[in-house]
Amino acid sequence: MRTTVAGSEVFIGTGSRAFDRALPGIVFLHGAGMDHTVWVMAARHFARKGFCVVAPDLPGHGRSGGQPLASVEAMADWLGELLAVLGVTEARVVGHSLGALIAYTFCAGQPELCRRLVLLGMSAPMPVAAAMLAAAQDDHPAAFEMANTWSHSQRGKLGGNETPGMWMFSTGQRLMERTLPGVFHADLVACNTFDPPAAETIGCPVMVIAGSADQMTPPARGRSVVADLEQAGCCVELVELPGSGHAMISECPNAVLDSLIRALT
Amino acid sequence: MTDKTHQAPPGPGFSTLSLHAGQRPDPTTGARATPIYQSASFVFPDAEFAAGLFNIERAGHVYSRLSNPTNAVLEERIAALDGAVGAIATASGQAAMHLAVTTICSAGDHIVASRSLYGGTHNLLEYTLPRFGIETTFVDPRDPAAFAAAVRDNTKLLFGEILGNPGLEVLNVPVVADVAHQAGLPLMVDATFSTPYLCRPIEFGADLVVHSATKFLSGHGVVIGGLLVDGGSFDWEASKRFPTLTEPYDGFHDLVFAEEFGPQAFITRARKEGLRDFGACMAPMTAFQILQGLETLPLRMSRHVANTREVVAFLQDHPAVASVSYPELDEHPDRALAAELLPLGVGAVFAFELKGAREAGRAFIESLELFSHLANVGDAKSLVIHPASTTHHRMDAAALKAAGIGEGLIRLSIGLEDASDLVADLSRGLRRVTKLLAAKS
Repeated sequence: MRTTVAGSEVFIGTGSRAFDRALPGIVFLHGAGMDHTVWVMAARHFARKGFCVVAPDLPGHGRSGGQPLASVEAMADWLGELLAVLGVTEARVVGHSLGALIAYTFCAGQPELCRRLVLLGMSAPMPVAAAMLAAAQDDHPAAFEMANTWSHSQRGKLGGNETPGMWMFSTGQRLMERTLPGVFHADLVACNTFDPPAAETIGCPVMVIAGSADQMTPPARGRSVVADLEQAGCCVELVELPGSGHAMISECPNAVLDSLIRALT
Repeated sequence: MTDKTHQAPPGPGFSTLSLHAGQRPDPTTGARATPIYQSASFVFPDAEFAAGLFNIERAGHVYSRLSNPTNAVLEERIAALDGAVGAIATASGQAAMHLAVTTICSAGDHIVASRSLYGGTHNLLEYTLPRFGIETTFVDPRDPAAFAAAVRDNTKLLFGEILGNPGLEVLNVPVVADVAHQAGLPLMVDATFSTPYLCRPIEFGADLVVHSATKFLSGHGVVIGGLLVDGGSFDWEASKRFPTLTEPYDGFHDLVFAEEFGPQAFITRARKEGLRDFGACMAPMTAFQILQGLETLPLRMSRHVANTREVVAFLQDHPAVASVSYPELDEHPDRALAAELLPLGVGAVFAFELKGAREAGRAFIESLELFSHLANVGDAKSLVIHPASTTHHRMDAAALKAAGIGEGLIRLSIGLEDASDLVADLSRGLRRVTKLLAAKS
């Protein structure tokens, strides 16, 4: 499905079902250099189960037009505009990595729209390795290789994909290689400069999903987010996926979906 | 761009991937080797999980025609070795070729292919697919402009073998890939002769790769199998020529593969439609046996190449030999290209022309004792064949000449024996040829 936000076309994955704003909404937000296709399995599940799935390609990503946005705050504002255009008035918001930062910031700013929040590969703040930032600034392929290598656990680098016949390492690489010049760097800068809103601004139940072997956002960062939310009085649950790296959606697709089902239904 | 300052951390090396990619010790039994899951179907934990598997929202196995845990290890391993997003194991190399074509071609479509192809592939493209409305134009593999000139509005695929059969023309993959991409088309390469150890066509711009796993990948000559590999880099949507990937598919609830699966669109459609409907799946036992071969692929290919170089050097100097065609030789027209694309060696299959043509060829083959006369390549054992009377017998004299096949051409597939024994066996055959030539003169 396509729509227009701020003059630019936006592509939205709907889990292969017709968009219906009358259904309970679920927003899936992808990470840096990615697009909506990372959510294909979850999107198809929740669409089949009667949810209105909104899995957008962020501006400048995937099939969406426009330029990449410069900050997480700008991305959260853009998400608010998108939901307004779509007429979605309440949603469960799910994000991975950069998408988790957007989800968190959006829910902090517009708590009245958010019914549930799920944060995968979350860290607040989310510092980015200087070497990766520098490579991305030069649009050098090493930036993708760094992100891809560090996103997979040692086990994940040797595969064993639950999805038959798929080599997830190259899949992640190909997806990032599709990004236009400057997009990945903009995403990384947004992560690196993320200034997390106060935990007290989160008003809905939260699930944090962390990979025990995540090098990009180590599980201790996820636990820290959970501790902050608990201290702020939030209803929060931590799910730690044994052996998973940052690319947990591809490394553990069934466990991720099981967790999402528990969090969102 | 400042190349010198940016360096990504290294991933697992080729030998490590050959042994480990796609497999973890069995979580139930602790088995270190890949188990043979000799089961037609797989139990669903519950009805909801089953619904999820059928709707592609769960990862797992349903029925071994569609996927199987043993096959999945092989598929993932070859994808890792080729630098691809995914692969499908098929009943044969021919089945892999057919699956690739039928995933993107329909009646009325067209293919541009090298004219130097394995005879079975030539049969499929020249004789069988036209019955289903898919035509092929054959071109000189050394002429990228010929590929470009043959492209029509209905063309869907460019195809060639990395090392032509049997002439060993080296396909200029980067240039032909560029020709394909400028026309909005994918390039598929048959890399059976090279294996990913000697050449990874996707790194040179190819989009799809097919292998006959019967050959060097397994290396033991005891199974028939194929692999279809998707590089994941071709932009099916931008091309606007591929409705099977970019338009809703009635056969799967209006699924649009390119939109939903991105880089995995092609290989997902191939599994969800072609493997489902044509059914040319690989047996799990076969996948297991190919995996045993893959574990030693780097070691075996090194030895194949080393033995081949010794045999080539011997034949090149023999007075009964008219010519030797091997792309590492100075006189081979593709020598520089071979060095660029296949720096570790150009494989272990090559051809040479005997003095004395057809009669000499027959005498030569019948004198050999260590080489086996049969229609295969890539065995651990050395093999020999006379293409004009066997693999390419359907081609008339003109077609043979166009494909660079002389009537006295002998094709060898060099195995893993001691090179000195191979040379001794060939010497035996060449002595017979020498006597034959002397008697005629």
